[in-house]
Amino acid sequence: MKPFTYERAKSPADAVVALARNPGAKLIAGGTNLLDHMKLEIVTPQHLIDVNGTGLDTIENTPDGGLRIGAMVRNTALAAHPRVKKDYAVLSRAIVAGASGQLRNKATTAGNLMQRTRCPYFYDTNMPCNKRDPGSGCSAQGGFSRNHAAVGGGANCICFFPSDMSNAMNVLDATVEVMKPDGTMRTIPIADFHLLPGDELPVKEFALAPGEMITAVTLPKPPGGKHFYRKVRNRASYAFALVSVAAVIQPDGTGNITLGGVGTKPWRSAAGDAAVPKGAKAVAAALFANPTATDQNQYKLKLAERTIAAVLAAAKG
Amino acid sequence: MKFDTPAGTNPIDQGKVIGKPTHRIEGPLKTTGKATYAAEWHADVPNAAHGNIVGAAIAKGRIKSMDLSAAKAAAGVITIVTADSAGALDKAGRNTAKLLGGPEIQHYHQAVALVVAQTFEQAVAASHLVRIDYDRADDGKFVLADARDAAKPVQGRAADQLLGDFEGAFAAAPVKVDATYTTADHAHAMMEPYATIASWEGDKLTLRTSNQMIDWCRMDVARTLKIPKANVRVLSPYVGGGFGGKLWLRTDAVLAALGARQAGRPVKVVMQRELMFNNSVHRHATIQKLRIGAGKDGRITALDHEGWSGNLPGGGSENAVNASRSMYAGANRMMRNRLALLDLPEGNAMRAPGEAVGSIALEVAMDELAEKLGMDPVAFRVLNDSQVDPAHPEKSFSLRKMIECLQVGAKAFGWNKRSAKPGTRRDGQWLIGMGVAAALRDSPAMTSGARVRLSADGRVTVETDMTDIGTGSYTIIAQTAAEMLGVGLDKVSVKLGDSDFPVSSGSGGQWGANSSTSGVYAACVKLREAVAAKLGIDPATATFAGGKVSGGGKNATLTQAAADGEVLGEDTIKFGGIRDQTHQSAFGAHFVEVGVDSFTGEIRLRRMLAVCSAGRILNPTSARSQVIGAMTMGAGAVLSEELVVDPRFGHFVNHDLAQYEVLVHADVPHQEVIFLPDLDPASSPMKAHGVGELGICGVGGAVANAVYNATGVRLREFPMTVDKVLAGLPELA
Repeated sequence: MKPFTYERAKSPADAVVALARNPGAKLIAGGTNLLDHMKLEIVTPQHLIDVNGTGLDTIENTPDGGLRIGAMVRNTALAAHPRVKKDYAVLSRAIVAGASGQLRNKATTAGNLMQRTRCPYFYDTNMPCNKRDPGSGCSAQGGFSRNHAAVGGGANCICFFPSDMSNAMNVLDATVEVMKPDGTMRTIPIADFHLLPGDELPVKEFALAPGEMITAVTLPKPPGGKHFYRKVRNRASYAFALVSVAAVIQPDGTGNITLGGVGTKPWRSAAGDAAVPKGAKAVAAALFANPTATDQNQYKLKLAERTIAAVLAAAKG
Repeated sequence: MKFDTPAGTNPIDQGKVIGKPTHRIEGPLKTTGKATYAAEWHADVPNAAHGNIVGAAIAKGRIKSMDLSAAKAAAGVITIVTADSAGALDKAGRNTAKLLGGPEIQHYHQAVALVVAQTFEQAVAASHLVRIDYDRADDGKFVLADARDAAKPVQGRAADQLLGDFEGAFAAAPVKVDATYTTADHAHAMMEPYATIASWEGDKLTLRTSNQMIDWCRMDVARTLKIPKANVRVLSPYVGGGFGGKLWLRTDAVLAALGARQAGRPVKVVMQRELMFNNSVHRHATIQKLRIGAGKDGRITALDHEGWSGNLPGGGSENAVNASRSMYAGANRMMRNRLALLDLPEGNAMRAPGEAVGSIALEVAMDELAEKLGMDPVAFRVLNDSQVDPAHPEKSFSLRKMIECLQVGAKAFGWNKRSAKPGTRRDGQWLIGMGVAAALRDSPAMTSGARVRLSADGRVTVETDMTDIGTGSYTIIAQTAAEMLGVGLDKVSVKLGDSDFPVSSGSGGQWGANSSTSGVYAACVKLREAVAAKLGIDPATATFAGGKVSGGGKNATLTQAAADGEVLGEDTIKFGGIRDQTHQSAFGAHFVEVGVDSFTGEIRLRRMLAVCSAGRILNPTSARSQVIGAMTMGAGAVLSEELVVDPRFGHFVNHDLAQYEVLVHADVPHQEVIFLPDLDPASSPMKAHGVGELGICGVGGAVANAVYNATGVRLREFPMTVDKVLAGLPELA
């Protein structure tokens, strides 16, 4: 780990001022991701701004019947919140399907949204990786890619996006609230928050501009229906999804589905949602119109279709 | 003491302490954080500097140049060890690759430098400033399947064994199986990483380390550093898991010693987790070809097991065919190991080397043949039991209850509820199946010494350089001494893992429990003689019970014997005679029930049972812990554990505990262990075998057979990850 300087922000306004003052600084909340990266020198910020004391740790009802979740709300607290369990069960289930109890106690809502890839080549600084070292190449292509994305990949990167929570936020049509460097606010629909790797370097992962900070995530009024988070993995816990299905299925057979594990970002489309009443094959066909799979992860397309089928079967039961 | 004839009745047979379920006596030290693991001797070595290892960034080639200037100038840096600064080092025969590389690089993450600094953080930060320019060799070989054709026969213990006319018998067999299986490279992935604190006093070196074999470590570090063995002291009283990975002197100990010499003060080295998988040793991947032929009556007539593995030049093979040598009958046999050259990190022993992965392939092949014969897999195995070693028919097994293990297990598990037709049992979305496998693991015994002291307060203290790698050595040694001297466990202290103590068997090859307690038995016999002599009682008839000694009409207390000074017994047990005249193996049977998700292909264990016949079970509590841990590890080997090789870079890609997937609690819902109540007088005075490695043998085969029974998908490439299972499942309706 490289030496760094450190300060504590007392409010979001404080934090964005500090960010503006220290280009290249990183915000640190739970630190479950960032500290690992700093120890391995995958990222080497010279300055950290601790945002744990910014007061963004409450969950509040919104006037339209939705929920506003502060950026610093811990994953454990969010998953256990009575309204989340009752009205947004897919979110609660997605969170507890991820990581471990100890990590969820530290990890925050905003941090989880910005979780970075678990590609082994990204983690090994001896290996080429465009995400870590722009222009060095993508080792996963032509290498070990069994766990990588089968859709949404580009020439520069085929990483799968690892966050379980984000898939649920995505299927719930959440909105990300962001404070800009000048202290004013803007909102980003969750569908636009996570980016495809695209063709340009450096690989951009999130729709945040430099100096911006997430302050909250809001959920619209409860969608009703049955909620599912089905995560497929080789071992039963403490593993990232090979494929996951976040779904809200209505009694009339319509519904919304976001896939995790299979794409470079939470994977959902209007065409996929529209196909839900027609069954898993139709949903998969709509979602996987342009696969970017390697020989090693081609199976994920079939696995995703079958996992959707499992969810739709359970929804009927 | 020489053990060369079968043991008669001895004090161990009283079974007052030995054989009773006993919690580990050092448990409170561990649960309260007082046990000093290798990196935790803060009070004894308060001034240790911190060393951080730099691993090579290439798998094969040379260092062109190293620039240490930035690292040396970094805050807190005391010194940097490299091959240049270390001077000429020797290499012990038990190590294949050099523990400090450069300029030649033999494998990825081979250590090339140790940065020593005042604090851990400074050492890590400065390590990233070491600039190395490499010349990468382009002729590295990393893929076993590609190197297979150039593989060579193996000599020594793993050499070819040819009996009868295999080809003729196989051609003539009416029912046969001919199949190839593969197993992946496996990591020991022990919780405690390699760690050492080294300190010098003049030319005397003390290593506080984590090692399974104290005397080997002492010998090999002396050899490597070219110093007299007498100048080295090794301390390793607590080991946080080894599984064979700590049988050897490793990088941490050598670099800590070199670092401490250069720094002029003690140095602590804890290997970074991300180096553990490529810097150290691993279980070799295998390709295994099985050809088994049987008559229509189900009797095996021909058995060929050929195994391929790869290693660095000078390294050994995975003796995958070993269990097949003596597991089943059959007159015509070929057992062959082939070793290829690979430039991956060093392959070496991991829990039940050979048998653990060899029995996966053998037991799946047996399942395939049973199905072709239309026989129940339990009955097929029972029919083909052999009470003698097929290669040495004059040599019977001293204890072989494979049939009983299978039969007792079948009854306890409810094997009769298994559907012989695959893919026919369901529980909702789950496809349910059962599998069975037999298990064999050789039970070697090793020379083992101990010293036992009786002090004036009646306390008994055992000293031996035996290690406890989480297995429960402290407890069974205490039980042995308590039984022999007729005192309670509370009167016994056990001191382990110090090269100042008599040399023991150490922990490996499941020989530790039987051998080390036999050494303690021998020392206790000496102490009993000394005590009896002091009290004027005939040692031959003296009985020791309740802290008292009696015989020939005389009664006295143990404390009386030590009233005018400590009484000491020291001895070393050596094995021969009957042990060489019989074949000594532990046997078992594994029963497994799995569910396979019919949509996703995920395999989830439902129930596991192991039945073990391993002679006297010294402590059922710790023996059970050993077996259920081994069952978990054996299941992991076929479900998720796999070091993935990237043939472009020549390294194991998934080198941390997030990506190398050992099973977690959620994977292991219910495990049961039954020990058959056996004694083996031909084994040792303890009449025991090992169980720590028996438990891993065969279990993967039982899991794979259960998956087949559940789904009708026969997988032969392990681990059976979702992608492979999915490929065999029928399309959804």
